[in-house]
Amino acid sequence: MSSRIKIRAQHADGITEVKALMRHPMETGMRKDQAGESIPAHFITEVAVFHGERPVMQGYWGAAVSANPFLGVRFKGGEAGDIVKVTWLDNQGGTGEGETAIR
Amino acid sequence: MTRTWVWIVAVLAMPALSGDGIFDEYRDLMGDDNPAIFVIDEGEALWFEPQGPLAVSLEDCDLGLGAGVTEGAYARFPRYFEDAKTVMDVESRLLHCMETLQGRDRNALLIKPYSLRGDLGTELEALVTWLAAESEGAVIAPEQTHASERAMYALGEEIFFYRAGPHDFSCATCHEQSNMRIRLQALPNLTDHGDAAATFGSWPAYRISEGLVRTMGWRLQDCFRQQRWPGLKLGSEVSIALQTYMAVNAAGGVMAAPGLKR
Repeated sequence: MSSRIKIRAQHADGITEVKALMRHPMETGMRKDQAGESIPAHFITEVAVFHGERPVMQGYWGAAVSANPFLGVRFKGGEAGDIVKVTWLDNQGGTGEGETAIR
Repeated sequence: MTRTWVWIVAVLAMPALSGDGIFDEYRDLMGDDNPAIFVIDEGEALWFEPQGPLAVSLEDCDLGLGAGVTEGAYARFPRYFEDAKTVMDVESRLLHCMETLQGRDRNALLIKPYSLRGDLGTELEALVTWLAAESEGAVIAPEQTHASERAMYALGEEIFFYRAGPHDFSCATCHEQSNMRIRLQALPNLTDHGDAAATFGSWPAYRISEGLVRTMGWRLQDCFRQQRWPGLKLGSEVSIALQTYMAVNAAGGVMAAPGLKR
Protein backbone atom coordinates (compact mmCIF):
# COMPACT_ATOMS: atom_id res chain seq x y z
CA MET A 1 0.00 0.00 0.00
CA SER A 2 1.38 3.27 -1.09
CA SER A 3 1.44 5.90 1.59
CA ARG A 4 2.31 8.94 -0.41
CA ILE A 5 0.98 12.42 0.30
CA LYS A 6 1.49 15.42 -1.94
CA ILE A 7 1.49 18.60 0.11
CA ARG A 8 1.64 22.27 -0.72
CA ALA A 9 1.77 24.98 1.91
CA GLN A 10 1.65 28.65 1.10
CA HIS A 11 1.90 31.61 3.44
CA ALA A 12 0.18 34.95 2.86
CA ASP A 13 -0.93 37.73 5.26
CA GLY A 14 -0.34 35.77 8.45
CA ILE A 15 -2.26 32.72 7.24
CA THR A 16 -0.77 29.48 5.97
CA GLU A 17 -2.85 27.44 3.57
CA VAL A 18 -2.09 23.74 3.39
CA LYS A 19 -3.32 21.52 0.58
CA ALA A 20 -2.75 17.80 0.78
CA LEU A 21 -3.61 15.05 -1.64
CA MET A 22 -3.39 11.50 -0.30
CA ARG A 23 -3.10 8.23 -2.16
CA HIS A 24 -5.66 5.94 -0.55
CA PRO A 25 -8.44 3.66 -1.89
CA MET A 26 -10.93 4.71 0.86
CA GLU A 27 -12.99 1.54 0.45
CA THR A 28 -16.23 1.74 2.39
CA GLY A 29 -16.60 -2.00 2.92
CA MET A 30 -20.02 -1.81 1.27
CA ARG A 31 -18.89 -2.37 -2.31
CA LYS A 32 -18.67 -5.67 -4.11
CA ASP A 33 -16.13 -6.59 -6.75
CA GLN A 34 -16.90 -8.05 -10.21
CA ALA A 35 -17.17 -11.55 -8.72
CA GLY A 36 -19.73 -10.35 -6.17
CA GLU A 37 -17.36 -10.62 -3.21
CA SER A 38 -17.26 -7.81 -0.67
CA ILE A 39 -14.28 -5.50 -0.96
CA PRO A 40 -12.92 -5.15 2.59
CA ALA A 41 -13.28 -1.78 4.28
CA HIS A 42 -10.08 0.23 3.99
CA PHE A 43 -10.26 3.88 4.85
CA ILE A 44 -8.45 6.61 6.74
CA THR A 45 -9.74 7.02 10.28
CA GLU A 46 -7.49 9.77 11.60
CA VAL A 47 -5.76 12.63 9.87
CA ALA A 48 -3.59 15.36 11.34
CA VAL A 49 -1.70 18.43 10.20
CA PHE A 50 1.38 19.69 12.08
CA HIS A 51 3.23 22.97 11.89
CA GLY A 52 6.65 21.82 13.04
CA GLU A 53 5.81 19.79 16.15
CA ARG A 54 2.60 21.69 16.86
CA PRO A 55 -0.64 20.03 15.80
CA VAL A 56 -2.82 22.55 13.97
CA MET A 57 -5.57 20.19 12.94
CA GLN A 58 -6.69 16.72 13.92
CA GLY A 59 -9.69 15.01 12.44
CA TYR A 60 -11.59 11.76 12.32
CA TRP A 61 -12.49 10.49 8.91
CA GLY A 62 -14.69 7.66 7.80
CA ALA A 63 -15.92 5.72 4.81
CA ALA A 64 -17.77 8.71 3.37
CA VAL A 65 -14.58 10.46 2.28
CA SER A 66 -13.62 9.97 -1.38
CA ALA A 67 -10.80 7.85 -2.77
CA ASN A 68 -7.48 9.73 -2.97
CA PRO A 69 -8.78 12.40 -0.58
CA PHE A 70 -7.91 16.06 -0.84
CA LEU A 71 -7.56 18.08 2.36
CA GLY A 72 -7.34 21.85 2.60
CA VAL A 73 -6.55 23.58 5.90
CA ARG A 74 -5.71 27.15 6.88
CA PHE A 75 -4.00 28.14 10.11
CA LYS A 76 -2.67 31.35 11.63
CA GLY A 77 1.08 31.78 11.71
CA GLY A 78 3.77 29.85 9.94
CA GLU A 79 6.63 31.32 7.96
CA ALA A 80 8.25 30.51 4.67
CA GLY A 81 10.64 27.61 5.18
CA ASP A 82 8.79 26.12 8.16
CA ILE A 83 7.95 22.45 7.89
CA VAL A 84 4.34 21.36 7.59
CA LYS A 85 3.57 17.69 8.12
CA VAL A 86 0.43 15.71 7.30
CA THR A 87 -0.18 12.24 8.73
CA TRP A 88 -2.93 9.66 8.51
CA LEU A 89 -3.89 6.37 10.09
CA ASP A 90 -6.29 3.89 8.50
CA ASN A 91 -8.57 1.16 9.80
CA GLN A 92 -6.12 -1.57 8.78
CA GLY A 93 -3.31 -0.03 10.80
CA GLY A 94 -1.66 1.58 7.79
CA THR A 95 -0.06 4.99 8.15
CA GLY A 96 0.95 7.74 5.81
CA GLU A 97 3.12 10.75 6.28
CA GLY A 98 4.38 13.59 4.16
CA GLU A 99 5.93 16.97 4.72
CA THR A 100 6.87 20.09 2.88
CA ALA A 101 8.34 23.51 3.53
CA ILE A 102 6.02 26.52 3.55
CA ARG A 103 6.42 28.72 0.50
CA MET B 1 -50.68 24.62 -19.78
CA THR B 2 -49.34 27.81 -18.19
CA ARG B 3 -47.02 25.77 -16.06
CA THR B 4 -45.62 24.02 -19.13
CA TRP B 5 -44.84 27.37 -20.68
CA VAL B 6 -43.08 28.62 -17.57
CA TRP B 7 -40.97 25.50 -17.60
CA ILE B 8 -39.99 25.92 -21.23
CA VAL B 9 -39.08 29.57 -20.67
CA ALA B 10 -37.02 28.61 -17.63
CA VAL B 11 -35.12 26.03 -19.66
CA LEU B 12 -34.44 28.51 -22.44
CA ALA B 13 -33.25 31.10 -19.95
CA MET B 14 -30.64 28.75 -18.47
CA PRO B 15 -27.08 29.61 -19.38
CA ALA B 16 -25.77 27.51 -22.22
CA LEU B 17 -24.23 24.33 -20.88
CA SER B 18 -21.19 24.62 -23.07
CA GLY B 19 -18.86 23.39 -20.36
CA ASP B 20 -19.45 20.75 -17.76
CA GLY B 21 -21.42 23.03 -15.42
CA ILE B 22 -20.71 22.08 -11.85
CA PHE B 23 -17.71 19.95 -12.83
CA ASP B 24 -15.93 23.01 -14.19
CA GLU B 25 -16.33 24.51 -10.74
CA TYR B 26 -14.99 21.33 -9.16
CA ARG B 27 -11.96 21.40 -11.45
CA ASP B 28 -11.28 25.01 -10.47
CA LEU B 29 -11.40 24.10 -6.79
CA MET B 30 -9.00 21.21 -7.28
CA GLY B 31 -6.61 23.36 -9.29
CA ASP B 32 -3.44 21.42 -9.95
CA ASP B 33 -4.31 18.83 -7.34
CA ASN B 34 -5.40 16.13 -9.75
CA PRO B 35 -4.99 12.73 -8.04
CA ALA B 36 -3.64 11.51 -11.39
CA ILE B 37 -0.25 12.90 -10.29
CA PHE B 38 0.21 9.72 -8.23
CA VAL B 39 -0.50 7.61 -11.29
CA ILE B 40 1.97 9.63 -13.38
CA ASP B 41 4.70 8.81 -10.85
CA GLU B 42 3.72 5.16 -10.84
CA GLY B 43 3.80 5.03 -14.64
CA GLU B 44 7.24 6.61 -14.80
CA ALA B 45 8.59 4.09 -12.30
CA LEU B 46 7.08 1.22 -14.32
CA TRP B 47 8.67 2.47 -17.54
CA PHE B 48 12.15 2.18 -16.01
CA GLU B 49 11.50 -1.05 -14.13
CA PRO B 50 13.05 -4.22 -15.60
CA GLN B 51 10.24 -6.72 -16.07
CA GLY B 52 9.29 -9.93 -17.84
CA PRO B 53 11.36 -13.05 -18.64
CA LEU B 54 14.03 -10.88 -20.29
CA ALA B 55 14.16 -8.56 -17.26
CA VAL B 56 14.47 -5.37 -19.24
CA SER B 57 12.74 -2.03 -18.88
CA LEU B 58 10.70 -0.29 -21.57
CA GLU B 59 13.43 2.32 -22.09
CA ASP B 60 14.14 0.99 -25.59
CA CYS B 61 10.49 1.04 -26.60
CA ASP B 62 10.00 3.01 -29.81
CA LEU B 63 6.83 5.06 -29.55
CA GLY B 64 7.29 6.46 -33.02
CA LEU B 65 9.83 9.19 -32.31
CA GLY B 66 12.75 6.80 -31.85
CA ALA B 67 13.66 4.25 -29.20
CA GLY B 68 13.07 5.60 -25.72
CA VAL B 69 11.71 9.00 -26.76
CA THR B 70 8.66 9.65 -24.61
CA GLU B 71 8.30 13.41 -24.74
CA GLY B 72 5.59 14.40 -27.18
CA ALA B 73 5.10 10.82 -28.38
CA TYR B 74 1.54 10.44 -27.09
CA ALA B 75 0.30 13.39 -29.16
CA ARG B 76 1.39 11.63 -32.39
CA PHE B 77 -0.72 8.50 -31.91
CA PRO B 78 -2.33 6.54 -33.54
CA ARG B 79 0.38 5.94 -36.12
CA TYR B 80 1.82 3.30 -38.43
CA PHE B 81 4.74 1.21 -37.22
CA GLU B 82 6.97 -0.42 -39.77
CA ASP B 83 8.15 -3.13 -37.35
CA ALA B 84 4.59 -4.26 -36.66
CA LYS B 85 3.27 -3.42 -40.14
CA THR B 86 0.15 -1.90 -38.64
CA VAL B 87 -1.37 1.26 -37.17
CA MET B 88 -1.25 1.28 -33.38
CA ASP B 89 -2.67 3.32 -30.56
CA VAL B 90 -0.53 4.02 -27.53
CA GLU B 91 -1.98 1.10 -25.57
CA SER B 92 -1.34 -1.50 -28.24
CA ARG B 93 2.14 -0.07 -28.82
CA LEU B 94 2.95 -0.51 -25.14
CA LEU B 95 1.70 -4.10 -25.28
CA HIS B 96 3.86 -4.63 -28.37
CA CYS B 97 6.93 -3.38 -26.48
CA MET B 98 6.15 -5.52 -23.43
CA GLU B 99 5.86 -8.52 -25.71
CA THR B 100 8.87 -7.93 -27.95
CA LEU B 101 11.30 -6.26 -25.53
CA GLN B 102 10.38 -7.79 -22.21
CA GLY B 103 9.27 -11.16 -23.56
CA ARG B 104 5.95 -11.03 -21.77
CA ASP B 105 2.88 -13.03 -22.72
CA ARG B 106 0.33 -10.94 -24.58
CA ASN B 107 -2.65 -12.97 -23.40
CA ALA B 108 -1.59 -12.60 -19.79
CA LEU B 109 -1.26 -8.85 -20.28
CA LEU B 110 -4.74 -8.71 -21.75
CA ILE B 111 -6.44 -10.46 -18.83
CA LYS B 112 -6.96 -7.19 -17.00
CA PRO B 113 -5.67 -4.15 -18.90
CA TYR B 114 -8.12 -1.79 -17.18
CA SER B 115 -8.96 -1.49 -13.50
CA LEU B 116 -11.99 -3.18 -12.06
CA ARG B 117 -13.92 -1.92 -9.07
CA GLY B 118 -11.71 -1.75 -6.01
CA ASP B 119 -8.44 -1.50 -7.95
CA LEU B 120 -6.08 1.44 -7.68
CA GLY B 121 -4.96 1.25 -11.30
CA THR B 122 -3.25 -1.18 -13.66
CA GLU B 123 0.25 -1.13 -15.14
CA LEU B 124 -1.07 -0.17 -18.57
CA GLU B 125 -3.18 2.67 -17.18
CA ALA B 126 -0.21 4.04 -15.26
CA LEU B 127 2.12 3.88 -18.25
CA VAL B 128 -0.41 5.58 -20.53
CA THR B 129 -1.01 8.28 -17.92
CA TRP B 130 2.68 9.01 -17.61
CA LEU B 131 3.13 9.07 -21.38
CA ALA B 132 0.21 11.48 -21.74
CA ALA B 133 1.80 13.71 -19.10
CA GLU B 134 5.02 13.58 -21.15
CA SER B 135 3.01 15.15 -23.98
CA GLU B 136 1.37 17.86 -21.91
CA GLY B 137 1.27 21.04 -23.99
CA ALA B 138 2.16 19.20 -27.18
CA VAL B 139 0.10 19.76 -30.30
CA ILE B 140 -2.12 16.83 -31.25
CA ALA B 141 -0.67 15.70 -34.57
CA PRO B 142 -1.48 12.09 -35.48
CA GLU B 143 0.43 10.79 -38.47
CA GLN B 144 -1.61 10.63 -41.69
CA THR B 145 1.16 10.00 -44.18
CA HIS B 146 1.02 6.23 -44.59
CA ALA B 147 -1.85 4.74 -46.60
CA SER B 148 -2.78 2.53 -43.61
CA GLU B 149 -3.14 5.59 -41.42
CA ARG B 150 -5.50 7.25 -43.87
CA ALA B 151 -7.43 3.99 -44.24
CA MET B 152 -7.78 3.88 -40.44
CA TYR B 153 -9.30 7.34 -40.45
CA ALA B 154 -11.75 6.39 -43.19
CA LEU B 155 -12.72 3.24 -41.28
CA GLY B 156 -13.09 5.21 -38.07
CA GLU B 157 -15.40 7.68 -39.75
CA GLU B 158 -17.51 4.84 -41.10
CA ILE B 159 -17.81 3.17 -37.69
CA PHE B 160 -18.56 6.51 -36.03
CA PHE B 161 -21.73 6.87 -38.10
CA TYR B 162 -22.61 3.16 -38.23
CA ARG B 163 -25.85 2.34 -36.44
CA ALA B 164 -26.05 -1.07 -34.83
CA GLY B 165 -27.01 -3.03 -31.75
CA PRO B 166 -30.38 -3.56 -30.06
CA HIS B 167 -30.90 0.20 -29.70
CA ASP B 168 -29.67 1.09 -33.18
CA PHE B 169 -27.05 3.41 -31.69
CA SER B 170 -24.08 4.88 -33.48
CA CYS B 171 -21.29 6.92 -31.89
CA ALA B 172 -22.83 9.83 -33.78
CA THR B 173 -26.12 9.41 -31.91
CA CYS B 174 -24.51 11.08 -28.89
CA HIS B 175 -21.54 12.83 -30.47
CA GLU B 176 -22.43 14.69 -33.64
CA GLN B 177 -24.38 17.62 -32.19
CA SER B 178 -23.01 20.55 -30.21
CA ASN B 179 -24.07 21.71 -26.75
CA MET B 180 -26.07 18.60 -25.92
CA ARG B 181 -25.99 16.61 -22.74
CA ILE B 182 -27.21 13.45 -21.03
CA ARG B 183 -28.56 14.49 -17.63
CA LEU B 184 -25.84 16.93 -16.48
CA GLN B 185 -23.07 15.34 -18.49
CA ALA B 186 -22.03 17.53 -21.43
CA LEU B 187 -21.56 15.54 -24.63
CA PRO B 188 -18.74 16.58 -26.94
CA ASN B 189 -19.49 16.90 -30.63
CA LEU B 190 -16.64 14.78 -31.98
CA THR B 191 -17.22 15.89 -35.55
CA ASP B 192 -16.37 19.42 -34.44
CA HIS B 193 -12.68 20.33 -34.20
CA GLY B 194 -13.00 22.36 -30.99
CA ASP B 195 -14.90 19.71 -29.07
CA ALA B 196 -12.80 16.88 -30.48
CA ALA B 197 -9.58 18.67 -29.45
CA ALA B 198 -10.83 19.37 -25.92
CA THR B 199 -11.97 15.76 -25.56
CA PHE B 200 -9.02 13.97 -27.11
CA GLY B 201 -6.61 16.28 -25.29
CA SER B 202 -8.07 15.56 -21.86
CA TRP B 203 -7.84 11.74 -21.92
CA PRO B 204 -6.52 9.80 -20.06
CA ALA B 205 -8.37 11.35 -17.15
CA TYR B 206 -8.92 10.87 -13.46
CA ARG B 207 -12.55 9.92 -12.97
CA ILE B 208 -13.72 11.32 -9.65
CA SER B 209 -16.66 8.92 -9.57
CA GLU B 210 -14.34 5.93 -9.87
CA GLY B 211 -11.24 7.19 -8.08
CA LEU B 212 -9.19 5.97 -11.05
CA VAL B 213 -7.39 7.21 -14.11
CA ARG B 214 -9.14 5.92 -17.23
CA THR B 215 -7.61 5.79 -20.70
CA MET B 216 -9.07 6.59 -24.10
CA GLY B 217 -9.13 2.86 -24.86
CA TRP B 218 -11.26 2.29 -21.78
CA ARG B 219 -13.50 5.22 -22.66
CA LEU B 220 -14.27 3.72 -26.07
CA GLN B 221 -14.88 0.32 -24.54
CA ASP B 222 -17.38 1.90 -22.14
CA CYS B 223 -19.08 3.72 -25.03
CA PHE B 224 -19.56 0.34 -26.70
CA ARG B 225 -21.08 -1.02 -23.50
CA GLN B 226 -23.44 1.94 -23.32
CA GLN B 227 -24.41 1.39 -26.96
CA ARG B 228 -25.08 -2.30 -26.13
CA TRP B 229 -22.57 -3.24 -28.77
CA PRO B 230 -20.29 -6.29 -28.50
CA GLY B 231 -17.32 -5.74 -26.20
CA LEU B 232 -14.58 -3.65 -27.78
CA LYS B 233 -11.16 -5.29 -27.65
CA LEU B 234 -8.09 -3.32 -26.69
CA GLY B 235 -5.87 -2.75 -29.70
CA SER B 236 -8.50 -3.98 -32.15
CA GLU B 237 -8.84 -2.37 -35.55
CA VAL B 238 -12.19 -0.85 -34.55
CA SER B 239 -10.73 0.75 -31.43
CA ILE B 240 -7.72 2.16 -33.26
CA ALA B 241 -9.87 3.36 -36.17
CA LEU B 242 -12.15 5.33 -33.83
CA GLN B 243 -9.17 6.79 -32.01
CA THR B 244 -7.66 7.80 -35.34
CA TYR B 245 -10.92 9.45 -36.35
CA MET B 246 -11.00 11.43 -33.10
CA ALA B 247 -7.31 12.29 -33.12
CA VAL B 248 -7.39 13.60 -36.67
CA ASN B 249 -10.49 15.68 -35.95
CA ALA B 250 -8.63 16.98 -32.89
CA ALA B 251 -5.38 17.67 -34.76
CA GLY B 252 -3.96 21.09 -33.96
CA GLY B 253 -5.41 21.03 -30.45
CA VAL B 254 -3.21 20.87 -27.39
CA MET B 255 -2.71 17.91 -25.04
CA ALA B 256 -3.81 18.71 -21.49
CA ALA B 257 -3.93 15.21 -20.07
CA PRO B 258 -4.35 13.66 -17.60
CA GLY B 259 -7.62 15.49 -17.19
CA LEU B 260 -10.07 15.54 -14.31
CA LYS B 261 -13.57 14.30 -15.01
CA ARG B 262 -16.82 13.50 -13.28
